Amino acid sequence: MKALRKKVYMVAGYNTVSMGTGRKEFHPKKPRPDLEHYIKEAGQATLKMIGGAENVDEGVIGNFMASRFNKQANLPAFLPMIDEGLKHKPAISVEGACASGGLALASGIKSILAETADVVLALGFEVQNTMKAMYGADVLAGAGWMKTRKDGHAYFFPGVFSNRAGAYYEKFGKEKTREAMAKWYCNAIENARLCETAQEFHNKSKDLEGTAKMPLNPKKFVDHLNYSDCSKVSDGASAIAIVSEEGLKNVGIDPKDAVEVVGIGQAASDITKEPENMTCLTTMKAAAAKAMEMAGITVDQIGTVEVHDCFSIAGIMGAEAIGFAEEGKGVDFVLEGHTSRCGKVPFNTTGGLIGWGHPTGATGVHQAVTIWEQLTGKAGDAQIEMKEDRPYGMTVNMGGDDKSLVAIVYKRGE
Amino acid sequence: MDLVPKMKNVSVLGAAGKMGSGILVLLSFEMAKLKIGKKSNEQFVLNAIDVSQPALVNLLGYVRSQLLKHAEKNIVELRDWYADKENLVDNEDVINQFVEDVMAMIQTSTRIETTYESELIFEAIKEDKDLKVKLFSQIKQNNPNAWFLTNTSSIPIGEIEKEAGLNGNIVGYHFYNPPVIQKLLEIIKCDNTGDELNEFSIALAKSMRKIIVPSKDVAGFIGNGHFMRDALYALNQAQKLAETEGWAKAFFMIDTISRDLLVRPMGIFQLIDYVGVDVTKFILASMQPSFPNETLSHDVLNELFDREVKGGQYADGSQKDGVFKYQKGRITHVYDFGAGKYVSKEDIEMDCAAKMGELPTLKIYWKTVVRDKNKFEYLEKFFKELHQIDSVGANLAVAYGQNSKAIGQMLVDTEVAASADDVNTVLETGFFHAYGPINDYF
Repeated sequence: MKALRKKVYMVAGYNTVSMGTGRKEFHPKKPRPDLEHYIKEAGQATLKMIGGAENVDEGVIGNFMASRFNKQANLPAFLPMIDEGLKHKPAISVEGACASGGLALASGIKSILAETADVVLALGFEVQNTMKAMYGADVLAGAGWMKTRKDGHAYFFPGVFSNRAGAYYEKFGKEKTREAMAKWYCNAIENARLCETAQEFHNKSKDLEGTAKMPLNPKKFVDHLNYSDCSKVSDGASAIAIVSEEGLKNVGIDPKDAVEVVGIGQAASDITKEPENMTCLTTMKAAAAKAMEMAGITVDQIGTVEVHDCFSIAGIMGAEAIGFAEEGKGVDFVLEGHTSRCGKVPFNTTGGLIGWGHPTGATGVHQAVTIWEQLTGKAGDAQIEMKEDRPYGMTVNMGGDDKSLVAIVYKRGE
Repeated sequence: MDLVPKMKNVSVLGAAGKMGSGILVLLSFEMAKLKIGKKSNEQFVLNAIDVSQPALVNLLGYVRSQLLKHAEKNIVELRDWYADKENLVDNEDVINQFVEDVMAMIQTSTRIETTYESELIFEAIKEDKDLKVKLFSQIKQNNPNAWFLTNTSSIPIGEIEKEAGLNGNIVGYHFYNPPVIQKLLEIIKCDNTGDELNEFSIALAKSMRKIIVPSKDVAGFIGNGHFMRDALYALNQAQKLAETEGWAKAFFMIDTISRDLLVRPMGIFQLIDYVGVDVTKFILASMQPSFPNETLSHDVLNELFDREVKGGQYADGSQKDGVFKYQKGRITHVYDFGAGKYVSKEDIEMDCAAKMGELPTLKIYWKTVVRDKNKFEYLEKFFKELHQIDSVGANLAVAYGQNSKAIGQMLVDTEVAASADDVNTVLETGFFHAYGPINDYF
């Protein structure tokens, strides 16, 4: 499909707090809100903005590993828990590791296109602080091929992206790459400080660069990454309504307060295969290219991006995969400040996965909510200025090591 | 140095106690390194020996929880140790296997005969020389080549060696509480301690990643050599203050001064409560014979003991009532020694502050200063200001700091410690002081 057959909008986005280390109210040994709380909070907030549950035709829930983090499955049946008005309405859940949220969006978009619904409530969540990090790593390793777990690192995914970072250092120079990764971290925290739901919102450190440049400690962690290069372990949920033109009228929202989905690119690659190129996210590249092709735009028209920086190196390689820089030049792109808040294309304006947080199954939806906020002027303190020649926003959500990808291009509704 | 030959069969006497349990855990980590890390085919046995069978059952629970924590912290290395075990895939699998494997090396026993098979015998029973001598000599007769490592914090090693007829097979191995966390280890060689044992004890300590400070074999060594005299000084100062202020205020003021104005983690009477009035009394008693010209006892301390005002901890680690009563680690009541009852801290706090008078305007707290890069700058400013103030509180604090320094210097002068650095290391690591007693502040 080269173009969307009908108009698809997103409206009424909502993010809960991303809860975990870094938040003042977080204490690992004290009781915390459960998944029911997060689903309800996000779902009810979106419903309120669209005039209630009666306006909803379908629901989709994105989640990665509630089955292990919370020993909970059969997630579609959590939809009617949000509001009694959703009882007996169609609900499904989707899973694609950390791209589960993106897949929830894709599923909702398809329902609109298939004309089975005019209003879809899309929600993503993850509650993963139920276990300590070394056990959580076992669960998250499920985003990779289980047959490689034994030979993998204790912290499996940091290990995977550490290997990618190592290959990148070797090919393009370690010093400059570490500089760019430090800059990525500083940008992430500085942006997160502007968004009160961000996990790093309370970060008051005066020396972010110092934190990012701590010596690597392969004995306790991985060879080529620091903790500051990694996304957070988070609890949280995000929700947004995906609607048709008809649906937009039904919920009574001005198109200017909505974003229009103008392109979507989904791509998967074989989980049992090693990456064909360690220094390039080829699947992400394919998904981003498809989304831009469908939107009929070039990379130069994109004004802001929410990219899947599960690790700082993935953020940098993401900028390359989308097409902002050639392979190996992403570090310059970042160091020259183009991805910073005041740069050419502000990336991850509320902190991304490193600064805002990474409740894995919610992340894809969280990205869409952030783009919706930025394009419709609802981002509060984190608001960036959208330039006329760059009116498009983009989200890129990745599951595993470049395996399940969802890229979406948005513009403000007219 | 190859530790294996001596580590195949090890016993810990008093294993269920506060110190013994920690030592047992540390030894289990060491055995794990040899057995699992180095894939040794030897059989390793770690005997946990204690008089109390129920306490041994609880001990196993404690050891298991410590092993689990250790495994979680060291998962990167453990995955490497178990790399060839194909069935262990998840971190959780590896961690659980490690805990099982190490627990399998630990045997509990209430019988002293168990030590007859051991190459090494760690001892952490109560501070009673006669009991230690009795047990050691019995073991020696049945296990002539065993090496003894005693955790005594005060009894001269040479006296135990001689009285139990150990033929040089003993070394003082004084851990600090809690042994698993505390980095400091005082190693005390007596005149007869064999070179091989001495070398082994240092190699083992290094493998445990301890900070080693050698102490001369003089009762109390460095740590208690300072602490006990510091405590006696505090009791004397409190006694003087009590004449005009009453005991509750006297205890409270000296405790506050020794904590806030000396910038220590705990006041001196809280520390005595933490260690236990009873234990403090035993340590002093065990030191007294070595110092006939010093009075190493205090009537007030003895009387507190007789009145069952003892401090120490409950099994869950919470503090028992002593000089103070506590709630969640904070002082709520103070013992009025004169009246024989506790009074609320709130009722005397204001009077104490008024009595102490002017204090430095620069407020510094041990908790923040101890890890601050500019620690010495802050301390210097603070103590400079303290010296310039002429108030009851400031004067008591300066005198306290000077006395602490004099004790430290005496330990160097009498060669108990090899250097001022060693004294300072013991107080900074063993007692978590922000600065050593031998300093330029006082």
